[in-house]
This record gives sequence, structure tokens and C-alpha cells, in this order.
Amino acid sequence: MSPTPDAGEIGADHVGTNQIYVLHVNGQDREVRDAWVGESLLYVLRERLGLMGSKGACEQGECGSCSVLVDDELVCGCLVLAATAVGQRIVTIEGIAPVGAPSDVQQAFVDAGAVQCGFCTPGLIMATHALLDRSPEPTEYEIREELSGNVCRCTGYGRIIDAVQRVAVARRGATSGGAS
Amino acid sequence: MSAASVQASVQASVQASVDAAVDSAVGAPVSGRLGDSPVRPDGVAKVQGSFAFSGDLSADGFLWGATLRSPHPYARIVSIDLSGAWAINGVEAVITADDVPGKPTYGLIDQDQPVFASEYVRYVGEPVAAVAANHPDTCRRALEAIRVEYEVLEPLIDPERCVDGSFPPIHPKGNVFRHQRIVRGDVDATGDVMVEATYEIGMQDQAFLGLEAALAIPDPGGEGVELYVATQWLHEDRHQIAACLDLPDEKVRLTLGGVGGAFGAREDISLQVHTCLLALRTGRPVRIAYSREESFLGHVHRHPARIWMRHHATSEGRIVKVEARIVMDGGAYASTSSAVLINAVTHVQGPYACENAVVDGWAVRTNHLPCGAMRGFGVVQACFAHESQMDRLAAACGLDPVEIRLRNAMQTGDRLITGQVIENVAPVRECILETAALPLPDEPVGGHDGDPMRLPGGAGLTADRSHIRRGIGWGVAIKNLMYSEGFDDYSTARVTLRDGVASLKFATAEVGQGFVTLAGQIARSVLGVDDVVLEPIDTTVGSAGSTSASRQTWMSGGAVDGACRLVREQLFAHVGAVHGVDPLRLAIAGRDVVDTMGDLRVPVAEATAGQVFEDTFEHHHRPTEELDENGQGNCHTAFAFVAHRAVVDVDPELGLVKVVQIATAQDVGRALNPLSVIGQIEGGIAQGVGLAVMEEIVQIDGRVRNANFTDYLLPTFLDMPDVVATLIEQPDPMAPLGAKGVGEPPCISSTPAVVAAIRDAIGKDLTRVPVRPSDIAF
Repeated sequence: MSPTPDAGEIGADHVGTNQIYVLHVNGQDREVRDAWVGESLLYVLRERLGLMGSKGACEQGECGSCSVLVDDELVCGCLVLAATAVGQRIVTIEGIAPVGAPSDVQQAFVDAGAVQCGFCTPGLIMATHALLDRSPEPTEYEIREELSGNVCRCTGYGRIIDAVQRVAVARRGATSGGAS
Repeated sequence: MSAASVQASVQASVQASVDAAVDSAVGAPVSGRLGDSPVRPDGVAKVQGSFAFSGDLSADGFLWGATLRSPHPYARIVSIDLSGAWAINGVEAVITADDVPGKPTYGLIDQDQPVFASEYVRYVGEPVAAVAANHPDTCRRALEAIRVEYEVLEPLIDPERCVDGSFPPIHPKGNVFRHQRIVRGDVDATGDVMVEATYEIGMQDQAFLGLEAALAIPDPGGEGVELYVATQWLHEDRHQIAACLDLPDEKVRLTLGGVGGAFGAREDISLQVHTCLLALRTGRPVRIAYSREESFLGHVHRHPARIWMRHHATSEGRIVKVEARIVMDGGAYASTSSAVLINAVTHVQGPYACENAVVDGWAVRTNHLPCGAMRGFGVVQACFAHESQMDRLAAACGLDPVEIRLRNAMQTGDRLITGQVIENVAPVRECILETAALPLPDEPVGGHDGDPMRLPGGAGLTADRSHIRRGIGWGVAIKNLMYSEGFDDYSTARVTLRDGVASLKFATAEVGQGFVTLAGQIARSVLGVDDVVLEPIDTTVGSAGSTSASRQTWMSGGAVDGACRLVREQLFAHVGAVHGVDPLRLAIAGRDVVDTMGDLRVPVAEATAGQVFEDTFEHHHRPTEELDENGQGNCHTAFAFVAHRAVVDVDPELGLVKVVQIATAQDVGRALNPLSVIGQIEGGIAQGVGLAVMEEIVQIDGRVRNANFTDYLLPTFLDMPDVVATLIEQPDPMAPLGAKGVGEPPCISSTPAVVAAIRDAIGKDLTRVPVRPSDIAF
């Protein structure tokens, strides 16, 4: 991965931490060495741990492109200091499903035409999984409300809503099918 | 990661997703052809986060780059002291205008924009210097340590002072980018009815989510450079970059980094030259990644405009004459202002027949942010004015908004005010009638369930349902497709057919619109193959032109189609020779080559086994002309049409708006991928709604006040209405595949439709977009 400098190189006015901290990401302990303590979780995930799936588009918690789960809570990775997430369970888009074997939500986004440029997509996938875990059969309005922290500039949201509804219907079908 | 491995990873991510798409089609009937809606070949990679956007690319030993920008709208640079930056540990390069080896300026039409400001800065955000260092925060501190002494000057912020010539030139090329007049027919003609008003359009930002980012990798010895960048037009970028670097074009090699949306903002250079310069200076790979604030400052925007219009009509509402005066604020540098102006003046009549016109338009230079391409390109501004006028005319004639538009709807064979004859399919009446036939929302104000969240103001719970008023409004538009005014616009594609697999090579920028999907559909349809491989999108093949002007389906679609047809001729010649059949008798049916006059049927895979057929095709659209001094000439290539009807709920006390529904019928020619077309329609409408009620870059005294997503509002899930859409499919004989571009029309007349609906709800004379709460409430 990229050779990011240690805190000493960044400069004396950065209260350095030459210590190592460990983040629990996607089921694995990952060491973060010599990081500047001011680095966001988004930066550390992308630039130090090589997990480029989380995206940064506003860096102030408005667009949701950097959404990840921290202890099952959907958060903006750009607003969390990485060093404060020690000891918590972090799940990123890379932890949702193995490469080449998309989750039902991911596949529905592809099939429904919910993806254009795709920059908002990882964050929306995270938010959609979180929504459907909380509320398996959301109304259209509930989908709009719950996903309104994720901005998409390409699609106008219509196909994304369709994708979420497809998953809800398919999961309900699978559940009732299993019951019968 | 080396240059080669970056290349490989880009290729691998495309290839992997192509494979995934192909795998899912194994055993299925022939699918994924023109008219189907196959999934995107890059879709799985995008939903899994493995698709490489330009900001995701890195290389071994890379440095971060960053840009120092002007804090003043207009100032003379007295001195620049770089020593403080050089003193910081980790800083590897600090460069200014003195370090640009070639042409000091760039630009799409007129190269008047400095790579770095040298004598003067002309807008807040203009690049002054750049640094390369080992960490983004080291870069930030290095920029803070650069001392620039400015002599602050009075900025030019009133476009009218450019038109009347009362402000001294702020640039050696003067304060007017272009003036264009259109005079047609009887300039003294009058009608029974006359309506006039002045309209204003605010500055909209493209606000793509994938921030500007690039990775430059220098060749050993600095003899050339490799650039991975999110752009709309690789070859044009290369040409401008090479001139500034004083390198031959072929020494600058561009590969498309994954593009997180564009909407016009990536048609101009932003960080390209800076990234290459830093890489060449340090001899190391350099990444630049803009922040959101820097993105607002670093790319061109939609032109703010002020438009006066006067319509003369008969008492039956037939337009007799159109008059307009258009002033567009192009900001500090030319970009595409001259072309945007031409679109505005030539579209100001709207999709309505009109014999007589007097139109004057100016695009001018000010100390505001530079403006250039944004989806709709000058027509958005004109459409807000002409559609607002149509409603005034309807009221003056006692007609309803639909009837006034039907009475004046243009059709194929009509002449525009430029004298150009509309030769395209022009289903304006159909667009209006089909839109009118779409159902209105069946929900009352606030919805059936009475949830106050559905009222204007939403979660604020500020609205009293009994005070909410609902309105309906209309907008109809004409939009030119492709480039205009004599530009020889073309796109190139190379197709290789080998062992039943078609490989496609083109430089068409995929920015999210889905050309990568369409290209495969074309190849499957023409060549009878299932497997299509997309080669990396880069400058090792001829130019594809820009992904703009709703042109790639027509232009690059035409190029891929042409190259596939040439390859198919080779295939038929080969099969004909092997089987002793005249190749003219051969055709593709499903996956087979068949003899249309006999029994021969050979699978394409079998016929191509061990064979390689390859050809390249350039699609050029028909020639166009420049306008003469009276604005006459066949300046445009082709046209598309669309109608929108908006339903809005308005809280007149707080000035809040909830857009409930947009109905639309769009002239698409032929829907080659209906799901993609719907995606373009819905996405374009979202941007039109945004301009109508929330999106504006606010500049006060030349300073940007809201360069962030907290203060620049974008439509969210909750702001976006239901969209009900009908596609008007009348294949256009002039289009290579019968299909018109569909990207721009949705964002053009959706804006005036929403504003008209607000007017309908509250009876106010709204003449400015975006409509602000204060415009409604006070």
C-alpha cells in the first residue's frame, strides 16, 4: 500500500503518537502504525488500511458516501477520529460480501439500475443494509426518510428506492417460503 | 504500485466486472442487445466498493499535491515568498507560474486561463502555487507557509458594466467574451397581445460526488508523463496539458480514472496540469485530491444569467415575434462561455414556431467563479425565461398552459429563428399530450396517511396542513444535441472480433451515464456475440470527443456501430469465401451467420475460431455552420424535445415547497437501454428540481459563501418527487442508431415547470431561480 509517513515526518506541531493502535475491521484486527492522531476513520481505512471502498465526498457528514458501521451503528467515517474507534467493531463495504459474490442488496442495486457513477453507492449499500436490518418491510416514505442522509447526484433516487423494495420483497418471500 | 500495475488494476476491475456480467448471462437466451436493459458491466464492482475511482489510485512512493488559491476576487500579485513552505520537513516541491515550462494558459475555446496566476488573480480560488509533500496535512501547512502579498483591487461583479463598457478591462482580452445578435423576419411585427418580464437564474454547481482527483506518474528522465484522471474528454485534456508542459501530445498519456459523475464540470482542466508538473518536478508519482470546498472553487459552473423577454402574439395566442436580451456572467475566464451563449440565444424561442425575432446576447467576464459547461449548457437559462413567458402569454390570452403550448408547438420542417430548418423528428405535440395524459398524484396534500412529515418543511413539522396550497405547472423544451458552429466533432472506436469475443476500444469517458453498457449492446446486436470485452479507456486510440452535449450515444454509439459493421463485413467475406456464398446474402441471426437465400447457418463463435477481424471507425456528425452577424446559419447538428408537468405543495407562510410529482414525456428517438434512459430522466429531473428550489452558489462581493454541502443544498431522497415518465419513441433517421441523446433534456424544462407550479399555488410573480423561501413568503 501507499507509504504514508509517520507522525514525526508530518511535523512537530502534530502531537505525535508513535504508538500503534488496533482497529477491528471486517472481523480482523488491523494495526495502524505511526498515524497522526488527527486522521479520520475514513482516511485511515482508505490510506493506511487500503480499504478504498468507503468514499469521501463532503468531509462534513452531509453526503453519507463514507458510511460504515461502528458497533452496528451507521456513522460517517469522515466524522469519526480513527483512534477513537479502537475496540469497536467496524464494518466497511468490503466486509459486506466477498468480492464477486454480492449481497442481496448489492445485487439488487445492480439489477434495478440504481447505480450510475457509483460514487455514492458503497455508502448507500451500508445504509440500506442497516435500514433493512432495523425495518425489514419499510414503506416508501420510510425508505426516503431513512436513506436521506445519503446523497446521490446521478439517479434522482427512483431506481434506488426500487432496489430497496426489491430486496424487502425477496426477503419476505424467502421467509414465508421457508415457513411453508 | 507501478504505472503498469495501476494500468492492470484499472483493466482488471473493468475486466472482472465484464466477466461477472457475462457469467450471469451464461445459458440465458441471447440478451443484452439494443432495446434490452442489461446490467452495467461495472455494476458489481461499484456496489462492492472495488471499482477504482480516480481518487482511489496510488502508486509506490507517491507524494500528495495541493494547491494554493487566491483569497481575493481581484488583486495584483506583488510578491510570492515560498521559503516558508520549503522549510517544512516533508515538502518535496513548491511551484508557481515561473515553473510552467510551456504555454502559461489553457482553455477549451480560448486559452486565457493561467495554469497559475502570475500578475493578477481574478477570482476567489484561482490557483497561485502548488506543493508536493508526504502527507495531506504537510501540504496544508506548506500552503499556509507561503506568503503572497496582494494589492487588492475593486472587483468587477456587475455583468452590466461589461455590456456598457464602464469597467476597465480586468484581462488583456477584455470584459466581453462574446456578443451575438439574432435578427429574423419583420423586426417591427407586433401582435394583439404583448407580455414581457426580466428573469434571473442563479449559479448552479454540478456537485458530482466524486471529487476531482488524479494520479500522475513521470517517465524516467521526465520525458513524459502518465496521468490517471476523472475527465469528460481525454484527448482534449491531453492536448491542453501537453502544451502547458511543453511536451509533444504523445508524451502525455491519459487513462480514465473512475469518474464519480461529471455533468459538465470535468470538461475543463482543473488539477491536470498541476499534478503532472509536480510529478515531473519531483520525479515521483503525485496524487491530488480536492476537498469539497476546493471542488466548488476549482471547476466551472452553470452561468448565472439575466434575461429580458418580450413576446408578441395574436389574441388566439399564436406567437408573432420574440424579443430577448440575455446577459450571462462567465466569471473570470472564457471556458466555453461563447458556446453557452450561442445555445442560449438560439434556444430562447423554445420549442415554438416563430417567424420574427430580435435577440441580443452577451457572455461577459467578471471576477466571479469561472462558468462553463453544465448539463443543459445555456438552454436551461433560456428555457426558464421562455417557459415563464408562455404562462404569461397564456394568462394574457385566456388560455390554459397546455393549450398555449400546443398552439405554438414546432414540428419537423419548421424554421428556427436562426433560419435553420428542424430536420429531426420533432414530436413536441406528442410530448405535451402524452405528459398531460399521465395521471396526477392521487394523494391529497400530506398524503393519505396524514403524516405531517410529507408536508412542506418535512421533519421540521412546521406546516399547518390547512394552509398548504397545491399548484400545477408546465415546462417544454428544445435542446440541441452534439457540438455546433462548424466544429468537426467525431468519435473513434476500434473493434476486434476473435474466437467469438468482441473487444471494444474507445476513449469515450464513462462518467456514470452507461456508455460501457451500451457499447456492449451494440456489439452483441451487430456481431451476434455474447462476450464483449471493454479495453481500458485511454489515449491509445483516437479521440471520442467529450462526454457532453448529450452526444455519446449518437457519436460514440455511431463509432462502435460503424466499427462493428466493418468487422461484420470482414466476417461475411470470410464465411462467404469458406462456404462459397456471396457475402451480400449473409446476415447475423442470433449468434449465427446465416445465408438469407439458403441453408447455411454457422455460429459466429465457430466462424471466427482462429480468426482475427479488426477495424476502426470514426463517426463524424454532419457539418454545421457558424452564425452570421444576424445570427443566421445552420449552426446546430440535431435537436431533442421534452415536456414536464410539476405538482407542488407550498407553505405560503414559511415559503417552503414540497415537489410532489413530475410527469414527463421525452423525445428519445429510440430507447436503446430503457432502464438507462429512465435513470437519465430521473437524475436530470433531480438537478432541475434542485435549480428550481434550492441550488445556488452564493457570491457576495466576489466571495463564495457556501462552498460546502451544508450550505449548498442538494436534493435528497426526501426532496425528490415521484417521477412518472413516458418515452416518445420515434427513431430519428439522422441518428446512427435512431436514438437521440437523453441526458440533458430532463434537467431543462423541469425547472420552469416547478416554478410555474409554485406560481399556480400562490399567485406570485416568481422571476428568479432558485426560488427562495423569502420569494414565496414576502
